[in-house]
Amino acid sequence: MSALLEITNVTKTFPGVVANENISISVSAGEIVALLGENGAGKSTLVKSVFGMVRPDSGEIRIKGELISPGDTSGAIARGVGMVHQHFQLVPVMTVTENIILGDEPKRGIFLNMKAARAEVLALSEKYGLEVDPDAFVEDLAVGTQQRIEILKALRKDVDLLILDEPTAVLTPQETDELLQVMRNLAASGVGVLFITHKLREVMAVADRVVVLRNGRVAGSTSPKETDEEGLAQLMVGRNVVLQVEKGDAKPEAATLVIRELHVNDDRKHLAVSGLNLEVRAGEIVGVAGVEGNGQRELVEAICGMRPRISGEVLVSGEATPDMHPHKVHSMGVSHIPEDREKHGLVSSYSIEDNLVLNQFDREPFAKSWIRNIGALEDNATRLVEEFDIRTPSIKTTASALSGGNKQKVVVARELSQDTRVVVAAQPTRGVDVGSIEFIHNQLIAARDAGAAVLLVSAELDEILSLADRVAVMFGGKIVAILDAKEAERGLVGRLMAGLSA
Amino acid sequence: MLLQGAHPMDAYGSLFSHGFGSWAGFAKTLGKATPLMLSGLAVTIGLRSGLFNIGVQGQLVSGALAAGWAGYAIHGLPIYIHLPIALLFGIAFGALVGWIAGALKAYRGIHEVITTIMINSIVLALVDYLAGHNFQEPGQTLARTSAVLPSATIPKIFGLPSGFFFAVLLSWGVWWIFQRTTSGFRLDTVGRNKNAAWYAGISVKRSVLIAMGVGGAIAGLGGAIETLGVIGRFEPTFNTGLGFDGITIALLGRANPLGVIPGAILIGGIRGASASMQFDAGVAPEIVDLILALILFCVTAPFLSKWLRSTEVGAKITSGWSN
Ligand SMILES: Nc1ncnc2c1ncn2[C@@H]1O[C@H](COP(=O)(O)OP(=O)(O)OP(=O)(O)O)[C@@H](O)[C@H]1O
Ligand SMILES: [Mg+2]
Repeated sequence: MSALLEITNVTKTFPGVVANENISISVSAGEIVALLGENGAGKSTLVKSVFGMVRPDSGEIRIKGELISPGDTSGAIARGVGMVHQHFQLVPVMTVTENIILGDEPKRGIFLNMKAARAEVLALSEKYGLEVDPDAFVEDLAVGTQQRIEILKALRKDVDLLILDEPTAVLTPQETDELLQVMRNLAASGVGVLFITHKLREVMAVADRVVVLRNGRVAGSTSPKETDEEGLAQLMVGRNVVLQVEKGDAKPEAATLVIRELHVNDDRKHLAVSGLNLEVRAGEIVGVAGVEGNGQRELVEAICGMRPRISGEVLVSGEATPDMHPHKVHSMGVSHIPEDREKHGLVSSYSIEDNLVLNQFDREPFAKSWIRNIGALEDNATRLVEEFDIRTPSIKTTASALSGGNKQKVVVARELSQDTRVVVAAQPTRGVDVGSIEFIHNQLIAARDAGAAVLLVSAELDEILSLADRVAVMFGGKIVAILDAKEAERGLVGRLMAGLSA
Repeated sequence: MLLQGAHPMDAYGSLFSHGFGSWAGFAKTLGKATPLMLSGLAVTIGLRSGLFNIGVQGQLVSGALAAGWAGYAIHGLPIYIHLPIALLFGIAFGALVGWIAGALKAYRGIHEVITTIMINSIVLALVDYLAGHNFQEPGQTLARTSAVLPSATIPKIFGLPSGFFFAVLLSWGVWWIFQRTTSGFRLDTVGRNKNAAWYAGISVKRSVLIAMGVGGAIAGLGGAIETLGVIGRFEPTFNTGLGFDGITIALLGRANPLGVIPGAILIGGIRGASASMQFDAGVAPEIVDLILALILFCVTAPFLSKWLRSTEVGAKITSGWSN
């Protein structure tokens, strides 16, 4: 059988980095190939070349034997390539339906047939088990929902080759399982799938073949039959990775972060947090477990002063924090890793050094009165890039030129490098490779051991179960149970998350 | 130009010799360039803060009238008091006109392009009326004010208009503010990502007010310098188009405050020489406009589309176009 996709000796350089070097990979019809590699290894660059979004310096890409001309997206689409991008390509001011049908709209005469479009979107969402509200505006939606829209958009057209660039980074475990099943079904019907992920469990579950990139080169290839998760991690990072978190017991002290009777609305003015009470003590990690959309996002934003509180209060070390004043909350010692790094966490056209002080730019030593101290910025950036292993040609590089995981590391480095009393971490390891997950987890534990109260919100139940000293289960805008790490057993937490009583 | 029967080389020669060839021509170019540079700077501050300030014309003209009025109506002061007062009048009125558009955006959420266009029409009509009625030079039939007193006239340095040097200094100052100060960083952050600015604790409202107010003040200063240093009185017909050329200059300079300096000199030279080109080579002034429009189009189209994408408004319109 001739290969569906054949990449031969593709090389692509950016200023200061070789993103892809002499890469050759093929995907056959009906095959699922997982592309694995550290943050910045060159995965996105490679698949963008296939889709025609990046123009390789040299090498050939053939689809069904036909050479595709570099930099020609429509050519790739015409040859049956569908792609789900790591960075969403949605129009924020349009509805879900409009976004999904964009580019190939159902018409009646010369007019758009919105009714048919809406029905099509509903049917699509039903068919693949990815739930979306066809009438919602994309800008109001959480990243997980936006990801589902991206996937539906790619699945809508019949494709021969489906490229998925970290589609599961922001999905819930259930959604991920559904998507993996969708991939298997597509492969069974002859579609070739090229799948990028950092989650080794998913690779083990669906891949027929695994190709690992390291520093822009193919470091090796294997298959789930021949190896296990540890083996994959080692091949990726080139060293032993501890996938299990190792931490000592927490030594909690007085409650630092206290939330009392908090009520918060979501973007559509529905009550999302309704009378929530929670305490996080100095020196412990409290993990908030919950199915996405149960008010976690609103909770985090209200704590950090970014979303209006209807009633209730948030205290830090006994002091009330102001409503709707993120800067003051931050200067009271609350650092915040926001869930949406592109929207809140970074200014993508700023350099890394500016991004690393985004919410401290006006404080000593980064500014004296109103003059910025460029030297201090540079020292800070040099230190953090080294310490957090941010892969970049220089500290002057703009954030937009970083790979997804490295952008996340910039945000995490900024927030965890400050002396803080409270750390609010929303999805802190989203899109980060296994080696860096290990590192970020250790940093969170170090913050805890240094006496910070850590509130961890994550869609990854595993992350919560392995990091948290106490697990708070959130359902319907309330904390419905608080469990000690020892009693927080997977099945029990899962039932509580679904709103069932223990 | 060929189509029009004029010889292009004659025309360019005329442009160069009149605009830059002689000391007097050079002085005239720099005089023209001054208000242009300041208008460009006003637009630049807006662009960097995520705003499209196309109300520079209104801000500049109100500054020009206010300074002109202070220049003839206030008597008996020495130059070192009178001139600064007259300049301050220009600055204050320009700032006020800009600030109104900023306030409408910050507190009412009305887009600055709409408000600045409307405010432009109102201000221009009002200024025309005032110059033709309340503030008209006694015994005049034209709409113009009395001549500015010598105590409010900007002196020249070696025959060159000193306002020009001040404008260059100011452009450098604004560049430095964006480069090295926390205030500049605030505006810049708002201009690039409003959500991240909010996260970082930067008030978007305040930035909009500052960018429009300071932009208006600089445009008003441009009008004041034109009145007090070049024309010598306020005459509405002299100021037409300066603010709009400012948009061209800001885009030519790619929203970099230093970029407005060469842009203003270039366009000032072309504008200044436009009359001589007509005389020497028979080029109609409309052709000069056409040339400017072509420059604008070729140089700025790629930049403008990039700017659009890099800002909030633009990103909403254009996201999903490509990349
Ligand atoms: N537009 C760009 N300009 C400059 N450098 C870039 C650009 N895009 C990517 N790079 C660089 O190319 C390298 C590979 O990036 P790429 O996005 O392909 O990594 P990745 O394997 O997808 O990583 P991740 O897992 O973090 O998404 C990185 O060093 C990155 O900094
Ligand atoms: Mg990537």
